[in-house]
Amino acid sequence: MSIMGTRVLRTEDPRLLTDGGVYTDDLRLPELAGAAHVTFVRSPIAHARITGIDTSGAAGQPGVVAVLTAADLPAPPEGGDPTTEPLLAGDRVRYVGEPVALVLTEGRYQGEDAAELVSVDYDPLPAVPAIEASLTGETLLFPGTDNNVLGAGTAGEGDDVSFDGCDVVIERTVVNQRLAPVPLEPRALAAAWTGDRLTIWSSTQNPQLARGAIAGAVGLDPALIRVIAPDVGGGFGAKVAVDRDAIAVAWAARHTGHAVRWIESRSENLVGMVHGRGQRQTYKIGGTRDGRVLAYRLDVVQDCGAFNRLGAFLAQLTVLMAAGVYDLAHAGASFRAVATNTTPIAAYRGAGRPEAAAAIERAIDDFAAEIGMDPAEVRRINVVPPDKFPFTTATGATYDTGDYAAGLERVLSAAGYPALRAEQARRRKSGDTVQVGLGMSVYVEITAGDMGGETARVVVDAAGAATVFTGSSAHGQGHHTAWAMLVEDELGIPMDQITVVHGDTDAIPEAIGTFGSRSLQLGGTAVVQAAGEVKDQARRLAAEMIEAAEADLKLNTASGTWQIRGDPATALGWGQIAQRAGPDGLAADARFDASAPTFPFGAHLAVVEVDTETGKARLVRHVTVDDAGRILNPVLAEGQRHGGIAQGVAQALLEEVRYDVDGNPLTSTLVDYAAITAPELPSFELVASETPTSINPLGAKGIGEAGTIGSTPAVLNAVIDAVSHLGVRHIDMPATPERVWAAISEARAGR
Amino acid sequence: MIPAPFSYRRAGTVEEALALAAGAGDDGKYLAGGHSLLPLMKLRFAVPEVLIDIGRLAELSYVRDEGSHVAIGALTRHHDLEHSALLAAELPLLAHAAGRVGDPQVRHRGTIGGSIAHGDAASDLPAVVLALDATFVALGPSGSREIAATEFFSGLFETALEPGELLTEIRIPKPAQRGWSFQKFTKRAIDWAIVGVAVQGNQVALVNMGPVPMRAAGVERALAAGAGPADAAARAAEGTSPVADLGASTGYREHLAQVLTTRALAEAASRN
Amino acid sequence: MKVAISVNGKQVEAEVEDRLLLAHFVREVAGLTATNIGCDTTSCGACTVLLDGESVKSCTVLAAQADGRAVTTCEGLAGADGSWHAMQRAFHAEHGLQCGFCTPGMMMAAVSLLAENPDPTEEEVRTGLEGNICRCTGYHNIVRAVLAAARDGRAAQEAS
Repeated sequence: MSIMGTRVLRTEDPRLLTDGGVYTDDLRLPELAGAAHVTFVRSPIAHARITGIDTSGAAGQPGVVAVLTAADLPAPPEGGDPTTEPLLAGDRVRYVGEPVALVLTEGRYQGEDAAELVSVDYDPLPAVPAIEASLTGETLLFPGTDNNVLGAGTAGEGDDVSFDGCDVVIERTVVNQRLAPVPLEPRALAAAWTGDRLTIWSSTQNPQLARGAIAGAVGLDPALIRVIAPDVGGGFGAKVAVDRDAIAVAWAARHTGHAVRWIESRSENLVGMVHGRGQRQTYKIGGTRDGRVLAYRLDVVQDCGAFNRLGAFLAQLTVLMAAGVYDLAHAGASFRAVATNTTPIAAYRGAGRPEAAAAIERAIDDFAAEIGMDPAEVRRINVVPPDKFPFTTATGATYDTGDYAAGLERVLSAAGYPALRAEQARRRKSGDTVQVGLGMSVYVEITAGDMGGETARVVVDAAGAATVFTGSSAHGQGHHTAWAMLVEDELGIPMDQITVVHGDTDAIPEAIGTFGSRSLQLGGTAVVQAAGEVKDQARRLAAEMIEAAEADLKLNTASGTWQIRGDPATALGWGQIAQRAGPDGLAADARFDASAPTFPFGAHLAVVEVDTETGKARLVRHVTVDDAGRILNPVLAEGQRHGGIAQGVAQALLEEVRYDVDGNPLTSTLVDYAAITAPELPSFELVASETPTSINPLGAKGIGEAGTIGSTPAVLNAVIDAVSHLGVRHIDMPATPERVWAAISEARAGR
Repeated sequence: MIPAPFSYRRAGTVEEALALAAGAGDDGKYLAGGHSLLPLMKLRFAVPEVLIDIGRLAELSYVRDEGSHVAIGALTRHHDLEHSALLAAELPLLAHAAGRVGDPQVRHRGTIGGSIAHGDAASDLPAVVLALDATFVALGPSGSREIAATEFFSGLFETALEPGELLTEIRIPKPAQRGWSFQKFTKRAIDWAIVGVAVQGNQVALVNMGPVPMRAAGVERALAAGAGPADAAARAAEGTSPVADLGASTGYREHLAQVLTTRALAEAASRN
Repeated sequence: MKVAISVNGKQVEAEVEDRLLLAHFVREVAGLTATNIGCDTTSCGACTVLLDGESVKSCTVLAAQADGRAVTTCEGLAGADGSWHAMQRAFHAEHGLQCGFCTPGMMMAAVSLLAENPDPTEEEVRTGLEGNICRCTGYHNIVRAVLAAARDGRAAQEAS
């Protein structure tokens, strides 16, 4: 029986459960003995000119090895792009938390003491704290530019969507709020010299990309840099490659010749690590009273934060995916990405796609309420039918496979939808203080959209054991277990004889790494292909060794032996064949480039209870279909769904990064930033669904972000549904108790 | 994330604690469970130069039946209050509220005395002991004195404790009316109360409705005048000055105070 | 100042700064890095250890306060022969960890929870872990793991 699709517990666990793994700040290597501790001096003000930096107070403190500022950096080239982000702020700071100086100390605790003594003079400038202020253009973040727009684009019919023939047209401006990724391990990096080579340990999702970024920034040949990703305590997109703080630390090693190590505090992380989301969205949806949606337009203003790290790119994905799961005659979307004096925004679980789904799923419910139709029915009428795949949407995405209606039906059935509506009706009739709300989403998303491919190398040694070198770079996803399953299935070598290696540019020089839910479909396929080539090599050698034709040989994957068909006495083991291959055993490299991205899809149903006196919503049940094609290991897939769902629920109900009018962050500790905890969540009800893709031989799409994309709109819709009978039509996220109460009060006053 | 440097002194007895405090003067702070003070020090919002650890003064950790009142040592941990059979029988409001402070790890360290001396109007226990008409015993260089809870909380993080004075005991009269309720409203279970209401009989105290924990004077007057719970609760926000902050607006807090007081009075009545 | 703390049954003595946090004592002085630091406001629970058998957030305890006391960390869960604690078995069997960063603290909090409440409901487990943040798992399998460890523990009790 094949191991594919079976529940296999993780090979990663023993280390993590016993000695707790080795994250970057756990490293106790001889190379890092005596490494200087790095502490940043960060801007306490959102927008200001730096008129002076006095490091003398810090430089004289006990244990201080160096104090570095932009003055120590090579001068930026003349006439460059004025919106380019520096490593350390030079003449201007543009967000609270922006790095201004680095202090290197012998002892960890000395760092904060010394950093406090670096004296920076700031001449405040007017702050641009949010999108509205940015759009006025009254204050420009970048001298020499005409406005704060860092990017713009359209998809489909852009702004020119026709709403002719619509009985009903609704337009609404909604917020997809800024979030903090909060991986539990903050950013960390260590660096040490061995001769003229710099070894860097980085809490990154992409060691190879990190190497390239660091090499370019610090002026070192990439061949002289080795990047290692130790255990990484969560990434969620926020640890893609390396960011400027991490590069600055690597540069400090280059500049001083000293080994260094850095780990930020959580307070730093909440303002220094990239934020996610941050869009103001205006949707316009139109259709007929019998439930047919004819037209949809989405206008997005993306908050980039102070620099365009990824803002425009994210918004481009949003407009690409704006049409969602619907077969729309007319659809278009456009975006502007604008700069504000806030933390830069980049990828965070879903990266542009949750925003698209949230907008259209809200719009569909809005439309359904307007025409008085059950939102499930409106969806049934308008989703792309299963016989139309591959389907190219009005906004330019071509979906490979999907069955959206079936996903919705599965979820409604599993939830017991009619009974839930009946309970809702009963409580509405009796005027219960605690009302029930049902919210759903049907979503589609794009995975492996970067089209960068992935690499793998499979080696079988003289003992018959296999080593897999993968370009993927796990930070909790369980790739080691999954890739070992793939190799066991392909070669018949048992999992306990398979070692998976990742995250070291010396071992794996070329790779993209992990983000965008790409790893199984690209990295996994590369592993299968490399294993396939090893198999071909083995077949040729075995044919020589047994003196038979290749066509007469078969690999018995149950026993891991090669033999002439029907003649088990001829069996050869992998070790024997590897020995025949030579001192390096059998080895093959593969690189898999998919022809297109894949499009996982699903449906979520959220059941909430809302206390109408306080406005507090409680998620009582959450039922999902998250279809990512063929599932390799249900244990891992379920875990990804759970984690994704929780983060999506958090956006709907709790989490939000907030700034005041001067650009000061208000949620810069975990006391104020409401990261979701166990009591706020129920156990989830996952329904299985596998609609394979033909884009890769595994039939797999990406599961990592799907749960997040589906859950946010379902939960928000549920909260609004709970109080819609009181006249509420919309509540912005997060639907905190006060927001819900205010919506109820407003609706009641309006009646 | 790292406190500024300080000197640590450990007191072996109450007398030693007082002496160390006298020696440190303005530069010293008592350290009990540390779960109010250390978080402030780690963010460098508090930078005492001397910490006097009183956490080992086991003689200040007790829950005793003194007949007409219950005496609680100031160093009794929230966890021990939560699980005290005596409190479950005599002061279930306090036992229950102590079980809602922070999270289990915090409750293994934090103490009732530390919480009260810290004087945070957003904390649960100051309002609870106010609702219970507690008296505090403070020991200082000039001896011991009793301070009524109603006289104790003087301002934002300010209490009637003199420099160097050590809170040693909380005395709570056994309530005549047995009905009680504690309504703590939060977004997440672990959060500080956006608003909280503690009720013991007809005594009502509010969490986070102003710079100090306070009795809901309007509600109590209404109840005393014979008003029903809903009418009394309508006066919950009277005399309060709730802030507008990340957690809530002033108007929402005032609304919550009324809703929670209604519920608390109803629950207390059901427990009579 | 000098402190002497028993860590997983072994005495660790050192001259330390007065302000040294217990979390750093465990990680840097005792050399046990399973206990992680995930925040600076006593919020996340990644640093949870047992102090005299009760869960505490070691980032909010001074090493000085733990002087003369006994600390148990994740590394102290397994038996001397390397056999896993019921909690470790359960976290593995129920896929209760992904990146693993919150896991040592989560397990220590759960061990303490079960010591005080050996037969918790799901709700009691969730509330009991309110002081521990996980970003990867959505808590679903963590709850299953703790309930499984509880069943395992009760079965062991009955068997003994």
